Amino acid sequence: MNLFFDFTIDKENQIIRVKREFAAPLKLVWDAWTQAKYLDQWWAAQGWKGQTISMEFKEGGRRHYRMDGPQGELFYGVTSYDKINLHQDYEGKELFADKEGNADSDYPQSVYTIVFQSQKEHTFIEHVTTYPDMEQLQAAIKYGFKDGCINAYSLLDELLVKS
Amino acid sequence: MNLRRDVFQAIADPTRRAILVLLAAQSMNAGAIAANFDSARPTISKHLQILTECELVKPDPQGREILYQLNALKFKDVDQWLEQFRKLWEIRFDQLDQVLNNMKNKKS
Repeated sequence: MNLFFDFTIDKENQIIRVKREFAAPLKLVWDAWTQAKYLDQWWAAQGWKGQTISMEFKEGGRRHYRMDGPQGELFYGVTSYDKINLHQDYEGKELFADKEGNADSDYPQSVYTIVFQSQKEHTFIEHVTTYPDMEQLQAAIKYGFKDGCINAYSLLDELLVKS
Repeated sequence: MNLRRDVFQAIADPTRRAILVLLAAQSMNAGAIAANFDSARPTISKHLQILTECELVKPDPQGREILYQLNALKFKDVDQWLEQFRKLWEIRFDQLDQVLNNMKNKKS
């Protein structure tokens, strides 16, 4: 099945926008995004293991989680939930944190919003991440590829082939 | 010289990768970098030397101290980094498809 996927970057405004269609009703997609037992199954990319330490999905609540990498890498993150409209949208911040869940201000932070829309039996989401400045965006991208376990070798390989 | 092999060796080490990640956020001197690791200071200096030799990191003298920064020439192509971000989302969403499938099967 071909599911809609769109990824755009607005470098001027430091925004990454992702749209995706899912072959499931809105309620299921919403649950998969907002319940720890499901998030732990998909948020971390291949080879990594995501584990929720604590989570309160409510306005003012947050999810504190750890990510374990294939080579013993470990980092902690916090997702805050600042505003929630049940089964419609929510927004908050993505933060790097320590093992107690204290946000680490030296690391990139970003603000996200996600909107859910039902269309027949399918659900569309639009996830928008805004970074405070380009440096943070670049830093986050490096974290992103660490987080996502995108192979550093193939990445550098590409860079080197180009240069 | 095989620069390529050097770069691979440079990033094969997890500590050196971690240093690159640190420097992605901001330029730092050797002491500030070392403070993030349990390794002895000379070990970190050695790592910085290797990273500098293969031009992933550039020393930037600021008065009496030396700040280390990512070498913009090696990392200048932001679009390639962004492409990695797209891959990350693609992978995540493929996994989410699977989770949703399992959820649907459980319900029926």
